[in-house]
Amino acid sequence: MSGGINWTAAIVFVALFVLVTWIGFIAAHWRKGDLDQLHEWGLGGRRFGTMVTWFLVGGDLYTAYTFVAVPAVLFGAGALGFFAVPYTILIYPLLYVAFPRLWAIAHRHGYVTSADFVTGRFGNRWLGLAVSFTGILATMPYIALQLVGMQVVIGAMGIETSGWLGDLPLIIAFIILAAFTYTSGLRAPAMIAVVKDVLIYATVLAAIIAVPIHIGGYDKMFAAIPPAKLLLATPPADSYGAFSAYGSLALGSALALFLYPHSITGILSSSSAGVIRRNAVMLPAYSVMLGFLALVGFMAIAIGVGAMPAFADGFKRYGANFSVPALFLALFPSWFVGIAFAAIAIGALVPAAIMSIATANTFTRNIYRAFLNPACSDAQESQVAKIVSLVVKAGALVFIFALPLQFALYLQLLGGVWIIQTAPSVLLTLYARFLNGWALLIGWVVGFVLGTWMVVLNNWTPIWPLHVGGVTFPCYIAILSVIVNVAVSVVLSPLFNLRADARRAGAFEDYA
Amino acid sequence: MPNPQEPKPVHAVPRAVPWARCLLLIPVVAMLWVSSYNRIEPTLAGFPFFYWYQLMWVLLSAVIIGIVHAMER
Repeated sequence: MSGGINWTAAIVFVALFVLVTWIGFIAAHWRKGDLDQLHEWGLGGRRFGTMVTWFLVGGDLYTAYTFVAVPAVLFGAGALGFFAVPYTILIYPLLYVAFPRLWAIAHRHGYVTSADFVTGRFGNRWLGLAVSFTGILATMPYIALQLVGMQVVIGAMGIETSGWLGDLPLIIAFIILAAFTYTSGLRAPAMIAVVKDVLIYATVLAAIIAVPIHIGGYDKMFAAIPPAKLLLATPPADSYGAFSAYGSLALGSALALFLYPHSITGILSSSSAGVIRRNAVMLPAYSVMLGFLALVGFMAIAIGVGAMPAFADGFKRYGANFSVPALFLALFPSWFVGIAFAAIAIGALVPAAIMSIATANTFTRNIYRAFLNPACSDAQESQVAKIVSLVVKAGALVFIFALPLQFALYLQLLGGVWIIQTAPSVLLTLYARFLNGWALLIGWVVGFVLGTWMVVLNNWTPIWPLHVGGVTFPCYIAILSVIVNVAVSVVLSPLFNLRADARRAGAFEDYA
Repeated sequence: MPNPQEPKPVHAVPRAVPWARCLLLIPVVAMLWVSSYNRIEPTLAGFPFFYWYQLMWVLLSAVIIGIVHAMER
């Protein structure tokens, strides 16, 4: 960046970071529990009430990467990026209907992960392994992308982020993150999420009030947007074009979201099924914020940050992801820039902590305990999870330093396609009693391979142009591949059930 | 492990109101029917229809889930 380090912003940023670090460590003593138990370390003892769950799940789902990338898509590609809004509308009916049920089962049986549920439901630890493996694989690039959000704001403060020395701020941030996650478990991100939200809401509020005043109203802002970016392109006569792409992206992303281990961890840590229902009503408040935040991408177009010489270097380095930081730098005083950037960076810490805890939970329960050391004690189990949470974070760091960013983006795209393949095993089985574990496993393999193959064949873009009888229906690959997955599972289940003489009739009472 | 010290009632099965949950399909249908809202007019406070309509549905969906919740409690 030209002009060197923005000291005022950097000092505010560091001060807020220190505050959050302190909170992360004292969180271990909050609603004290025996942290040598996995459900205490990794689920906060399932004691989080309505408000804490609201902050925790909000901090978990609306991540720093979202805050940077969603406006960036509007900035770069226009209206298509707004699919984040219908996407976050569609998740809450699903949360309301399905997840209180999953919570009740998990609570009764002491399940910590979705793979625990699948293993218990079918007595099939291989299906549990598939669910667990998918969760870990899909979450890793997601953690790495949180770092991207952090890297952009650190760079935007004028701190060099290339070269060995440039990696240092991120390394320090992640050591802090690793240390408080290790000591406090899920209690740390739950407490930090409160601070993060106060900062984020302040930032968004400032942007949606101050920027239109500066531009001269929202009508002026929208008038500055090129018409091609303002709406979705009207499809040609023989195609559903951008419409089905938009809708299927929203639907597929919504179905995938709550299957990620970190979402399940956030939900299972609540203290009752009622807490989850109440949150399905209250969490959309975040979607309102996300919608306005998405428009920051348009504000950046209207202000013309892309053409300002001061930001040329930033855009060259970080692409459209630089649009949000650039807007704040252009319009706000340095101290507020510090607050806004700290909001984004802390917004990265919270989900990164929950994601690493969630992958640690599922590795420990469904791979370590299920396959490697079935006789391990509770304390050993908790210890392994703490160590795995460190390994996962180190892996994410290496990922972001050693590989090109594009690689993480590709894997994140695949992650959505992969994780949705666990939907039949985790969600459909809450309702459909006849499904068989082996049939679901075959369905998972088919969906996983098909989805991956389609993404690669499609040049790493998410929308597949499906041709049905002369009409083109562009559709998100996650949706297409999971439909095949469900079909395979449903067709094969009765065949496997014929064979299975021991249909565990008694155990089924607990479930569906 | 289930936590025995606080025997909270587990609301696994909410009070059944058979058709209540059908209401939850309304926001789903509204959002997937993309062609119904991909337009600029009518604008509201400077916002093209495409944007304010979807933001409005965030609130409407919360209200609908709230109604279903109130009915089932």
